[in-house]
Amino acid sequence: MTTPLPKIRVRGLAKSFGEKRVLDGVDLDVPAGTSMVVIGGSGSGKSVLIKCILGLIEPDAGRIEIDGVDVLSLRPRKRRAVTARIGMLFQNGALFDSLPVWENVAFGLMAQKMVRRIEARARADEILGQLGLAASVGELFPAELSGGMQKRVALARAIAATPDILFFDEPTTGLDPIMGAVIDGLILDCVKRLGSTAVAITHDMASARRIGDAAAMLHGGRIVWSGPAASLLESGNPLVDQFTHGRREGPIRMELRA
Amino acid sequence: MNLPADVFAGIGRPVLGVCFTAGRLALFALDGLSHLLRPPFHFRRFGAALVEMAYFSLPVVALTAIFTGMVLALQSYTGFARFSAQGAVASVVVLSMTRELGPVLAGLMVAGRVGAATAAEIGTMRVTDQIDALSTLSTDPMKYLVAPRLLAGIVALPMLVVVADILGVFGGFIVSTASLGFNPTIYLHSTFTYLETMDVASGLIKAAVFGFLIALMGCYNGYTSRGGAQGVGHAATAAVVSASILILAFDYVLTQLFFAR
Repeated sequence: MTTPLPKIRVRGLAKSFGEKRVLDGVDLDVPAGTSMVVIGGSGSGKSVLIKCILGLIEPDAGRIEIDGVDVLSLRPRKRRAVTARIGMLFQNGALFDSLPVWENVAFGLMAQKMVRRIEARARADEILGQLGLAASVGELFPAELSGGMQKRVALARAIAATPDILFFDEPTTGLDPIMGAVIDGLILDCVKRLGSTAVAITHDMASARRIGDAAAMLHGGRIVWSGPAASLLESGNPLVDQFTHGRREGPIRMELRA
Repeated sequence: MNLPADVFAGIGRPVLGVCFTAGRLALFALDGLSHLLRPPFHFRRFGAALVEMAYFSLPVVALTAIFTGMVLALQSYTGFARFSAQGAVASVVVLSMTRELGPVLAGLMVAGRVGAATAAEIGTMRVTDQIDALSTLSTDPMKYLVAPRLLAGIVALPMLVVVADILGVFGGFIVSTASLGFNPTIYLHSTFTYLETMDVASGLIKAAVFGFLIALMGCYNGYTSRGGAQGVGHAATAAVVSASILILAFDYVLTQLFFAR
C-alpha cells in the first residue's frame, strides 16, 4: 500500500542570517486536511519556516514540496500560481491601513480571481458576516478596529479566496484568553468549511491543543518532536515537556544575548 | 599593524558600499519601470499617487515659485542697476524660472513633502509585514506600490513646474510693475521676446527626471527599510536627502546636456 502524498513536505530546509543558522535541516510532513501546529521558542525560526514555504524568504538549502511539486525549482510565475493557493494570517494582522476593511478582505479576490469590485464587496460582507462582523465594519479602516476585530478581518482576508492551505502565524498573540478562544474557534470553523490543510505556529499551548490535530516542535533549527497535538502536555520528550509546561530548568537554555 | 593595507581597506570598503547601493538602486529602478510595460496596471493606485504628488503639492510649490520670482526681480534690478542693465530684469526672471529655479525648487519642495511620506508609508508597510501580505495575495509589491508612484512622479512634476513657471514670472511682474516702476506692457513684451521653446522644454524634461528621482528614492528607501520605527524614520530622512542631492547633481548634468556648446 502506498503512503498518501503529504500536502506539504519539507526536507533538509536550511536558512542562515549572517552567522546565525536559524533553520538547520528541517524535515516536516503535513498530510492533506490536517491542522498542524508548530511550537517553539521565540527566535526558533517558526516564522522563517512559514515564510520559506510561502516564498517570502529564499532558503539556503533544502526542498519544499506542495502536492508533490518542488516549489523551489519552479519558475516565478508557476511558483506564484502555487502560492496563490495559500492563505496567510500574519501575526500582527498586516492589514493594509490605507484601505477600508472590505477592500482588505476582497483584495485577493480582486487581484487573484479578477472579481469585479461590486461583487468583491458583496463577497467581503458575506465573509465578514461568517466571522461575526457586521457589514458596516467594512467601511472602517483597520486603525479604527480593536485587536480582536483586526484578527478577524485578517482571518477573513486569508480565507476570502478559498485557499487549499492556510498558515496562521501566532493567531492568538496579543488577545485576551476569551478572544483567543473565539479566534481559535473561527479558525477551526474556516478550516473545516474550506477543507483546507492548516499550519499554525504558536507559543500558546491552549490554542495549540484547540486548533491542532498534529504538532511538531522546532528547536535548534530542527524538528525535535512531532506527534498528536492532544499529547503535547505528556509527550515524554524533555524539550517539549519543558516548553509546554513553561519550566525554567531543563534542556532548553534561553539565549539572553542575540 | 599593516598601515598601507588598512588605508586601502578604509578607502575600499565605502567605495564598495557605494557601488553595491548604486547597483541595487539601478536594479530596483529597472524592475519598477519594467512593471509600467507589463499588465496588470494599477490605474487607481496611479491616480491616487498623482493626486498626492501633484494636487496636494500645489500650494507649497505655488508659494515657493511666486516668492522666488519676486525676489529674483528685486535682486536682478538692484544688481543690474550698477551697470544700467535694468531692462534685462524681465528676461532674467523668465529664463531663470523656466530653465532652472522652477524645476529645481519644485523638485526640492516635492522631495521634502512627498519623498518623506512615500518612504514612511512603504517603510511602515515593510516593517508591519504588509508588503509580505501583498505577495501572499498574488500581488507583486513592485507593481502595486512602486511602478504607479514612479509614473506619477514623471507626470506630476512637469505639471507642477508649468504652474511654478507661470507664478514665478507673475511674481516678478508684480514686483517690477508695482514697486520698480516698469511699464506692464513693456515688461510682458520683454518677458516673451527672448523666451524660446527650449527654455521651457528643458525645464519640463528636468522636472520629469526629478519627479522620477523623488519617487524612486522614496520607494527604494521605504522598501529596503528595516528595524521598526527607527528604521522607518531613517528611511524618510534618507529619501529626502538622497533625492535632494540627486536633483542638484542631475540638474547640472542635464543643463550641461541641453545648453553646453
